[in-house]
Order: sequence, then structure tokens, then C-alpha cells
Amino acid sequence: MEFSELIRTGRAQAELLRGPEAPPLRGTLCVTSHHLLLSPGTEASPDLWLLLLRSVDSIEKRVAGDSGTITLRCKDLRVLQLDIEGVEATLDIARSIEGLRLGDAWHFHPPERYYQRVARETNAWRLSEVNEDFSLCPSYPRALIVPRSVDDHALARSAGFRQGGRFPVLSYHHAPNGTALLRSSQPLTGPQKRRCAEDEELLRAVLVGARPGARGFIIDTRSAQAAKQARMTGGGTEAKAAYPGWKRLHRPLERGRPLQESFVRLVEACGDLEQSMDRWLSRLEGCRWLEHVKEALSTACLAAQGMEREGACILVHGAEGTDSTLLVTSLAQLILDPLSRTMDGFQELVEREWIQAGHPFQLRCAHSAFSHARPKHEAPTFLLFLDCVWQLGRQFPLSLEFGEGLLLALFEHAYASPFGSFLCNSEKERGLCEVRTRTHSLWSGLNQPKEQRKLRNPLYALNPLAIWPSVEPQSLRLWQGLFLRWTRPPEPSETAWEKVWQIVTDSEKTEGSA
Amino acid sequence: MEHIRTTKVEQVKLLDRFSTNNKSLTGTLYLTATHLLFIDSHQKETWILHHHIASVEKLALTTSGCPLVIQCKNFRIVHFIVPRERDCHDIYNSLLQLSKQAKYEDLYAFSYNPKQNDSERLQGWQLIDLAEEYKRMGVPNSNWQLSDANREYKICETYPRELYVPRIASKPIIVGSSKFRSKGRFPVLSYYHQDKEAAICRCSQPLSGFSARCLEDEHLLQAISKANPVNRYMYVMDTRPKLNAMANRAAGKGYENEDNYSNIRFQFVGIENIHVMRSSLQKLLEVNGTKGLSVNDFYSGLESSGWLRHIKAVMDAAIFLAKAIMVENASVLVHCSDGWDRTSQVCSLGSLLLDSYYRTVKGFMVLIEKDWIAFGHKFSERCGHLDGDPKEVSPVFTQFLECVWHLTEQFPQAFEFNEAFLLQIHEHIHSCQFGNFLGNCQKEREELKLKEKTYSLWPFLLDDLKKYLNPIYNSQSQRFTVLEPSTVSFNFKFWRNMYHQFDRTLHPRQSVFNIIMNMNEQNKQLEKDIKELESKIKQCKNKQTDDILTKELLHSIHPESPTLKSSLCFKEQTLLPVNDALRTIEGSNPTDNRYSDYAEEFSKAEPAVVSLEYGVARMTC
Repeated sequence: MEFSELIRTGRAQAELLRGPEAPPLRGTLCVTSHHLLLSPGTEASPDLWLLLLRSVDSIEKRVAGDSGTITLRCKDLRVLQLDIEGVEATLDIARSIEGLRLGDAWHFHPPERYYQRVARETNAWRLSEVNEDFSLCPSYPRALIVPRSVDDHALARSAGFRQGGRFPVLSYHHAPNGTALLRSSQPLTGPQKRRCAEDEELLRAVLVGARPGARGFIIDTRSAQAAKQARMTGGGTEAKAAYPGWKRLHRPLERGRPLQESFVRLVEACGDLEQSMDRWLSRLEGCRWLEHVKEALSTACLAAQGMEREGACILVHGAEGTDSTLLVTSLAQLILDPLSRTMDGFQELVEREWIQAGHPFQLRCAHSAFSHARPKHEAPTFLLFLDCVWQLGRQFPLSLEFGEGLLLALFEHAYASPFGSFLCNSEKERGLCEVRTRTHSLWSGLNQPKEQRKLRNPLYALNPLAIWPSVEPQSLRLWQGLFLRWTRPPEPSETAWEKVWQIVTDSEKTEGSA
Repeated sequence: MEHIRTTKVEQVKLLDRFSTNNKSLTGTLYLTATHLLFIDSHQKETWILHHHIASVEKLALTTSGCPLVIQCKNFRIVHFIVPRERDCHDIYNSLLQLSKQAKYEDLYAFSYNPKQNDSERLQGWQLIDLAEEYKRMGVPNSNWQLSDANREYKICETYPRELYVPRIASKPIIVGSSKFRSKGRFPVLSYYHQDKEAAICRCSQPLSGFSARCLEDEHLLQAISKANPVNRYMYVMDTRPKLNAMANRAAGKGYENEDNYSNIRFQFVGIENIHVMRSSLQKLLEVNGTKGLSVNDFYSGLESSGWLRHIKAVMDAAIFLAKAIMVENASVLVHCSDGWDRTSQVCSLGSLLLDSYYRTVKGFMVLIEKDWIAFGHKFSERCGHLDGDPKEVSPVFTQFLECVWHLTEQFPQAFEFNEAFLLQIHEHIHSCQFGNFLGNCQKEREELKLKEKTYSLWPFLLDDLKKYLNPIYNSQSQRFTVLEPSTVSFNFKFWRNMYHQFDRTLHPRQSVFNIIMNMNEQNKQLEKDIKELESKIKQCKNKQTDDILTKELLHSIHPESPTLKSSLCFKEQTLLPVNDALRTIEGSNPTDNRYSDYAEEFSKAEPAVVSLEYGVARMTC
């Protein structure tokens, strides 16, 4: 359910009693998705009164005549009383608070939520629950966004033709020109070059849905040779003749063990404080991490450019479609979509494109860089994503609503977390382990007001344009805040950050009072 | 003007330096007496000062025209294609002549006229007063005095007239010592640390050869160590690698023998010479200029150029110097060979670490005037102002600026000035637009009558102060009195904004600096407004006027705030336009970037085949 639907009423006139010591406050009461807000009339003090809904422990309502009273008992032992004008308003506000105070971020249902956005933009897509019981694809969520003209039966056939059942689904709809970004796994063409009519139809329907005569590009994140070789083991790539209108591009991205080794070698190099300049530079080169950053970013730019400039639809896949595929689709969205660069939008992006999309966090993040165990399934794909986002943030320091703090937190929590968000490898496993009922969501942890100063970018201002980063080696930098976090003195940069915050809040304050 | 044969060429193409598919802008090229100017079809102007040109190259004729590559000392590289070879040849010849002047009098500074009268010009030159600066340090005092030994440049031509020496060092000792030092550059005071009563002194190498001694020189060093009442031991830092210093002994020069000097501790710190530095920068620029540079090639090029290694060596030496004074309370004597390159680097950087005054805008100017200009860093030779020996050119001062930049990165709140300030100074050591950096020593500058014929750079920088201020500077913080930077290798980064300052596409597309600067400005303005209003309200209340008036007042000011607010939201404001080295473009264009070249692939048939063809093509040719 959409959060905002829980808000029954916009506003009402109310008086707030805060106990015997504090004077009562009169003003307009508002309920937002996380806060209860009381804004006093102009003549009184200009301060807003704010209460985090999650801190409400219990709520009690009484109605008498044409007004009502709501008593809120908070987790910090405060008791507050609201006298509200109007019976209907009282009941609405009570219901809103009731619904929202329990509402924590587990109530995010990104497929549905994102679909609502897509549905507002176009009619070409529908939400399919064909994977309701995870039988078609164990690594996909229950609901998926697919072309409206393709029925569930065809989806099932297409799923049979794709590795792990990951048939092409919508990742992002680019409203300005109606193009679509899709992701899937490799087709199971095999040595016999098998075909699947429903799969071909699905991709054809994507182009038709976008606009007449639209073209499509398939970005295969493997080299042409690797894709060819995959045929021997039953995989492969789309044959040109079978998918008219679609062209294939190969952009090999590093994955799996070599990527993990790159990470390990970088961290090793960063741990050596005594090494000479030459040794450091040669190790930085030798680990190839920044090369991977560059490749990931430029592939994402290629995808984004295909949509924005060429007006083409883009399908991204590698082999399983759970690693480098997600890297490319999520970065392309950050580049194109201003909403995904907001605090909420970015969290939703991570939830939708990584957690729900079935990136196997449990396997990939079982060990980090120091483990002596021989890596099996470990790979820092998600970290590579965060690094690329950090590079975007450095090149567009005003365009991301979140700061380095959020990226660091996501890195930490992906590897070890008291929260449940990154547990398990897929939605199916999360269901079986009852993650939603037995753990807390990371997002509700992060969205505490006291965390905000660390996580937010004080200089953020909405930038409606696409952000095209430079991918020249001179423009990419080692993410010192992460890789040298424990080896360099953090103090000067932290106090500088504090200073920036102070200037920004001062500026808000002075503007407010002027 | 006699060098200019063609003043205007149309239909000239300016190639994008990093594009692999030869993207270009078409426009008109103009040649003036001082500048080369290119105006493209969007009316964007690119000005290149002749003095900034380091090299001009005419490449082999192509079908589209004659390529002309110009490399500038401020690291701008432009690649023109001139349609007709004749025009190209004319421009090439003119630029060769104009960029390399034979006489000082032909330099821009002698014709530059900013419309100031003589008294303003003089005031500008008096802005920095070194006598004032020594007073600030606390000299003369009971241990140090002003010596008149070099008043007529008789002892050392490359030193300034005013020199500070230990009070107990007599003139015969000074004269004797100067005869034992290369170019007569005997030990003198560079910086005096008042709290520690310790001194930084500088000189050139001793002419010791294998066994020569000089009692006066030994006495002078002893006088320096005696001038420090706390620690009798002093350090002698030879900033050269030991091998180089030893090689100098064969030429009758060399370094101090610890046995002959009492109470000294001798130390090599291993900074390479000007020739190594020159070729290191050359290598660095070659790597950076490569089209389609891969990350690996970039880092292996950065490594093999050795540039960051040299920067670290300078920084390490300065830290050693600062520690000797702060931790051991010892005075330090610094020298290299002639004592005007590495010695200037280490002394100035060491003082900057020790004294927060040098981290202010004014203080930094003073530091440059003192340790670089007055003490005879050969700016004209090192920057190649005149057509001279190319082997004398070396980026010694650039390295100093880069070290300062690294410090600003490590201590973002410790400096009153920002990166743009450093870049602007770098621009002007080569521009020859102002007199400060012309000539190689004070004597030469006096002979050129620079103070009468040219202008000083500093007042012009101060006029534009807003551009150069660090918005998060914290002058109060006690922690920043002495900087203790970390020189772990990974703290050294490639200074993109210097070496690619004109390659717009490589830079961040949004400037935090401008935003914060504006916010700060507006905060101050608004706070002032608030104060004014409050005082007006008070006045009104005193006068017992009714509060309608107050309300009116409040309303009268209200229309102001929305405009301020909206100006804050627009990031493309022009309130503080820093020179075009600091970019403030919002958003960006995918065609700016190299991945746009991939876009061609969108129109290619089957990429698999294409890449195969590439492979074949490479193998056959």
C-alpha cells in the first residue's frame, strides 16, 4: 500500500496540551508520512512542533459534541493531549496516526509502488503476479512489471527460456521519451541455437509499447566471446535474426572472483602505511578497482544515453542477471532519474533494483576483503555500485540528496547488519525465513531524525537534468572515505563537513527570521 | 608587431583534446600583439597569452588542413586545424617569435596598463613590506640583527639587500663565510619562531670539496646555534640526495663535514634536482594528454613519471624541518646546491606548517615575496620568460604550489585562501603581466626598474579577494596552529584542477565552493538586515510609536528575502564568478564525455564483427 494513502486528512485546527509545565499550543495540525506537525498561528512563536509518529506507543480517542480529544502516549514516556475541532477530523487523524505509527519501512512494496508511478506515466505496462508463489523464478519478487500485451502464459514460456527463469522485466520507465530499461538473464539458446517465440514476442511488445518504430539495444555485460562460449553450457545470447529491431552490444564487466580479488588487493594496498609512492601507485593500478569503476559507469552511461539520446529501449543482461546487470540498470537510473537521487528515491532504488531484484547478498557479502577463506560466491558488486554512486556524487556534489554517510552505512549493513533488509538471497528466501516479521528494516533505522545529519547532503538542490559523469581516469578518484576510513585521520574532513552543515543551517535560520 | 603577418584566419577548427572521434568547433582565429584569440561559432572566446605558450608545433598536412598544436605553461593544450597551409605557417612563425622574447622590455608587463596612476602603482608595490614581516616574526632582537653587509649587493648578488644574521656574527665572519659558499649565498635567517626561539636559516652548499674548511663559515654556523638559547644543537639539512651532494665534492663543492662544525647534526633529505623535476612533469603531461587513456595506463604513467614521489619528498623535508623546531626546539640550516630552488621549497613550506599567518591570503603573499622572490628563486629562468636555456626551466615553484594544495586537501579549514588562488598565482608566474616574478633576483629587478615600469600582482588579487577565499576557513581553531600532515603515500593525489584546468569535461559539473560562498555571504547580509531591523524596532518602541509602524517596517523588508531565496536556488549565479578554471555548469552533456564515442556503436551493424575487424586491422598495420 502507498504510504500516503494512510493519511486520511490533510489538516485540522487543534490545541496541544503538553503537560502542566509547558503552555498549550494552538494551531494547524498536519499528519505527514513520518511526523505529526503542529504549526501555530502567525502571531505566536514561529516554531513548528514536531513529533515522530514512530515514537507513539499508544493512542486513545474520545469524541464529545463537535470536537474530539486524542491522547498520545509516547515511547519516551511523554503524554500529549490534542483537542481537535470537528468529530470527523478527530477520527481521521486518529486513524492516520494509528496506521502510520506502526508503518515502518517493511510496508514498502516496491514493485507495486513503482508500478503506480509507471502507470501514471504510461499504459504500456502491467503488474503481473505470475510469480506469486516463486515458481517461475525463485530469485524474482512476487510481482513484476511486464508489457501489457503479454499474458502470464507467455511470461511462463519466456521464463523457461531464460536462466533461472529471469525473463525480461521493466527496470525503469523513462517518462520524458517513453523508453524503457529492462533486465533479464541470458537466453538459454544452447549449442543448438534454440529460440522461444514468446520471449521474442515479449521484446517485440516492448518496442511497440514504447512508440512505433522504436529501436532496442541489448547490452550484454559479457564479451562477445564469453557470450558465445556460454552456449556450450546451455546459455548464450540473443540471435540477431530472432529479435528484429534489437541490436546487441557487448560491454564486458568484471564479476565474480576476479572482482573479489580486485577488492582484496585494493584493501591490502590501503592497509600498508609504509609503502613508497611508487609501490602504492603500482598497487593501485595492479588491483584494477578503478578500472572496474570506470567500466561500470561508462556502461551505465551507454545504457542511459541509448534511452535519452537515441530514444531506444535497453535490455541489460549478463549470465545470471543478478550482478553486473543490476549494477548497470541501477546506475543508469541514477543518471537519468532525478527522483532516484533523493533520499527516499535512492533507498527505494536499492530496495527495488538490488534487494527485491534478487542480488544474492547472503552469498556475495558472506566475506569481505580480509577473509582467509577461499572465496566461492563472494563478490563486491554492491560495493562497486556504491563506489560508482560516490563518484557521481563527487562530480555532481549538489545533485544527490544523500551524502557519503548513507553509502558507507549501506556498505556496512550489506556485510553485517542488525537489520533484516540485506538478509537472504531473494524475496523467496526472505519469505521462508520470515524476515519481515522477525527483524527490523534498515530503512526505518536509517530514517531516524538523529541519523539525518550524517546521511544527508546539506547542499542538495533538485537537479532535473540527467547527470553525465566524466569517466576519464583523471576524473575518477579512490574512495578514501571508505577504503582509507580507518587509516587516515578523519578529523579535519569531519569538522569541515560540520562547518558546511552549520553554514547551511545558519542560512536557513537567517532566511527564516528575515 | 613586426612579427605578425596574418591577423585573422577564418574557418579554423579547434579539436577536442580528448575526443577519440575528432570532435571539433569551428571559428575564427585572431592574432594580436599580446594574445592569440579563438572565437567559436557559439561566440565563446578562448584567449591565449603569448607568454603562456610553451611550444608550438606544426604537424603534417592533412586533408582537412594544417594542424597546429600549442602547449601552454598553464597546461592548456589546444589543437587547431587551419585550412590553408600558408596561414598556418604564418601563424606558426609569428607565435614562435612572440612567445619567446629576447629582452625583458618586450614582455607584457612593460606594456600592460590597468589604468592606475603612479601613486596607486607605488602603493601596490608597497603592499608587501618584508621589514614589517621580520618585525612580525620578532626580529631584530637580542640574538638576531639586520646586517648591512649586502646593502650594495657586494657580497651576494642574488640575495636581497636586507639580511638578518646572528648578532654575534661580525662582518668579517659573514664575508669569510660567503666566500666559502656557492654564489656567495652564506647562511641567513629565513624564519624566526618566536615561541621556540629557534630559526630557519638558508644558504647554498659549502665549497668544501674533499677537505677544504673555512673557519668563518664554521663560526657563522656556531653563531646560529648560539642564537638559540634552548637547544645548542642545530640541524643542517642538505635537501639533495646524498649521491648528488657527493658528486659535487669532486667539483670543489659539497656539504658540511660534521667533524669540522661543532654542535651540528647533518641530514640529507633527497629531493631531486631541477632536471629530474622537469622531465618528470614532461612525462606526467605526456601520459595525461593521451587520448582514450585507460585507468591502468594512467596510474602506471603517474607512477613512472615519479611526480607524486617528488612532491612527497618536498613535503617530507618540510615536515622534518617543522618537527626539528617544534619537537626538538632546534634551529635548522637548509641548503641544496645554490640554495634557490629546493631550499626555497623547504623553507617556505616549513614556515607554512609552523605559522598560521602564512596560511592567510596576505601571509601567503608575504611568504612568496620573502622566500621565493627576495631570496632569488630564478623565476625568469625557471619559467622561461625569455628565450633562454631550456635546461634552466623547471617546475620548482609549481611543486611548491602543489604541496600547498595537498595541505589544503588534508586541512580544509586551515587556509584562508582556496584552490583558485593557487591556480591564479600559477597563472601569473608565467603570464609576465605583472612585475613581481620578472627577473631572477632583486638586483636584476631593481636594474629593470620594475617598480616604476610595471605593476604588482598582489593588489589585483586582493581586489578580487572574494574569489579566492575559503568559505570554511577557521582562523580560531587552536588545532591548526602547527600543521602535522600525513605523508602516507595514498594521501597524495593527482592535482586535476591544475594539470587539466582547461579541460572542462574532466571536472565536477557543480561547484560546492560557489554555493557555500554565496550562503556565507547571504548569511552575513541577512544577519545585518536582522540587526538593522531589530534596532529600528527598538527605536520605534522607544518612541512609543504603535506597532503598525513596526509591521510596516517588517513588510518593507519582506520583499527582499524571496529574491535572495530564489537567487540561492539558481546555481548558475554570477555573484561570484571564479575564473573559468572553476566550473559551475549545471548538468552536463553526454557528448562531452568519452563514452559518447560508444554511441557510434548504436549505428553500427553487428558489434561482435566490428570489434573483430578492429583486431584484424590492428594486426595488419
